Amino acid sequence: MLRARIVLTLYILLLMLPIYWLVNMSLKTNTEIVSGLTLWPHNLTFENYRRIFTDPSWYSGYLNSLQYVVLNTVLSIALALPAAYAFSRYRFVGDKHLFFWLLSNRMAPAAVFALPFFNLYSAIGLFDTPLAVALAHCLFNVPLAVWILEGFMSGVPREIDETAYLDGYSFSHFFVKIFTPLVASGIGVTAFFCFMFSWVELLLARTLTSVDAKPIAATMTRTVSASGMDWGLLAAAGVLTILPGALVIWFVRNYIAKGFALGRV
Amino acid sequence: MGLVLDKVSRHVGGHAHIENVSLTLERGSLNVLLGPTLSGKTSLMRLMAGLDTPSAGRILVDGVDVTGRHVRERSVAMVYQQFINYPSLSVYENIASPLRVARRPKDEIDRKVREAARLLKLDPYLQRTPQQLSGGQQQRTAIARALVKEAQLVLLDEPLANLDYKLREELREELPKIFAATGAVFVYATTEPAEALLLRGNTATLWEGRLAQFGRTPDVYRRPANLTSARVFSDPPLNTMRVHKRGLQIVLATGEHGPARGVLAELPDDDYTIGFRADHLHLERPHADAVALRGVVAVSEITGSESFVHIDLPRTDGGQFGGGADRWVAVTRGVLEVEPGERIECFIDPRRLFVFGHDGRLAAAPPLVMAA
Repeated sequence: MLRARIVLTLYILLLMLPIYWLVNMSLKTNTEIVSGLTLWPHNLTFENYRRIFTDPSWYSGYLNSLQYVVLNTVLSIALALPAAYAFSRYRFVGDKHLFFWLLSNRMAPAAVFALPFFNLYSAIGLFDTPLAVALAHCLFNVPLAVWILEGFMSGVPREIDETAYLDGYSFSHFFVKIFTPLVASGIGVTAFFCFMFSWVELLLARTLTSVDAKPIAATMTRTVSASGMDWGLLAAAGVLTILPGALVIWFVRNYIAKGFALGRV
Repeated sequence: MGLVLDKVSRHVGGHAHIENVSLTLERGSLNVLLGPTLSGKTSLMRLMAGLDTPSAGRILVDGVDVTGRHVRERSVAMVYQQFINYPSLSVYENIASPLRVARRPKDEIDRKVREAARLLKLDPYLQRTPQQLSGGQQQRTAIARALVKEAQLVLLDEPLANLDYKLREELREELPKIFAATGAVFVYATTEPAEALLLRGNTATLWEGRLAQFGRTPDVYRRPANLTSARVFSDPPLNTMRVHKRGLQIVLATGEHGPARGVLAELPDDDYTIGFRADHLHLERPHADAVALRGVVAVSEITGSESFVHIDLPRTDGGQFGGGADRWVAVTRGVLEVEPGERIECFIDPRRLFVFGHDGRLAAAPPLVMAA
């Protein structure tokens, strides 16, 4: 028992080390970072964070990212809800093939789609807008959302649908009032995964934006080349990039296990 | 008037789930659909409800053809074998659901929900969610919802199958009374002959998607129209044996023969199948006219108040009976200890047999006064 605890503690320490180091760096001055090894900030400073929150070229990166990520999550779930319901409730010609084909979209490398998306969005004036990135990310997230939601929906007995119709519910009334609450945890898990995939995706987000909708990940990489190595600032930006994901995971932590149990996550 | 099924069939992927069923169910009547699993009870109910559409035939309610009409536009309530409620709503809201959708006034909803809850002993649980209830309470919630709707057609698909013994007895007695007052067509599906007899009303015996017989429950029990109906309406399984009648002689599949007596006496010469239920296979000679047969005990089950003895009766080799054995079941009162493999003598009463012809139809039956 004690040995297991020690092993586990060591393992978690090992996992947490890079994150601790990032936080550690973000609270140091550049001089302290480059001058040698210190295990904790000797000259504690919040200057790095202050700069990010006051400099528009920095914080707009977060706002842009949040915009397309939220937009993408809402779009993906709105599209996937009816699709997943159809896959879970109806049998139609080629339904299984279509379901698998949807999933196989996730296997295509983003680089393949970067060029056609760039060309297409430039042509129709979507280039450098949050909507452009949100739509591009739907390519990966809608299939994922359909896949996860279908698992949750198939766990709801079909008889509940029928009972609702027998009671006189219309389809839309039933779907909103009865069905959606039953798959609420599934929607939560789906939202989390859509959020995370969209948040960490770099290639499409950077290719499809230039100035107005530049995501935070792109801001970080460009700063490296522009102004040398501002270690502390980059570390602070890194911490702030991890935070939203950590927050979302906190809210859906109870449902994720259920998603795993369904074999869909 | 009531519900009429007119030559209704349903085929799914080349399989006949329901084949040419015609039924007339009167308003205010209690109708039992009796049949083993996969006999088409649920399929038939889904057709009655309008959840499925028939491949052929028509469904009429009070003379109006409703065949293709959506469930929402029909007046149907249904209770499933599984406990189906809306998990996200409270018990109160579950029961109120059909009334809310119909936009009834608030005070009427409240009155009806409380009345139904009182009738089904759910009053203390109205604010809970279905998950917080026991199985029996969940099923009572589903029944209460079906009740408040005051539908013209109430379908109960093995509603008590997943409940414990005591609750079953209680509800089985109450359900027909509760719904009788509504004047609806009441349909109750079950796999158990005993349940059909306890519910009385009418019984439709189903076998492999076909209707074997429909009539008053005691009539169907005492006068099965055919071998299938008799088999369906028998638990333990119906004892059967093929026989030849040659003049005044009767030859049994076991090779024994004797004078044709009882119900067999008046029949023309032919091949027949005799059938009778376990309570008419005796292990002690009931009277002088009884026919004695020798068999081997296969299984013996003792429930305490009754013992079921399964007996193999080997057929004669060659001839038309073609070897093998008939398995019969005898039920006796009390505990009877016999070992498998033991030789045993059993007795049938020639006056208490059902006799079925080649086509499976009833050819002769005991007079009703006797066949209690």
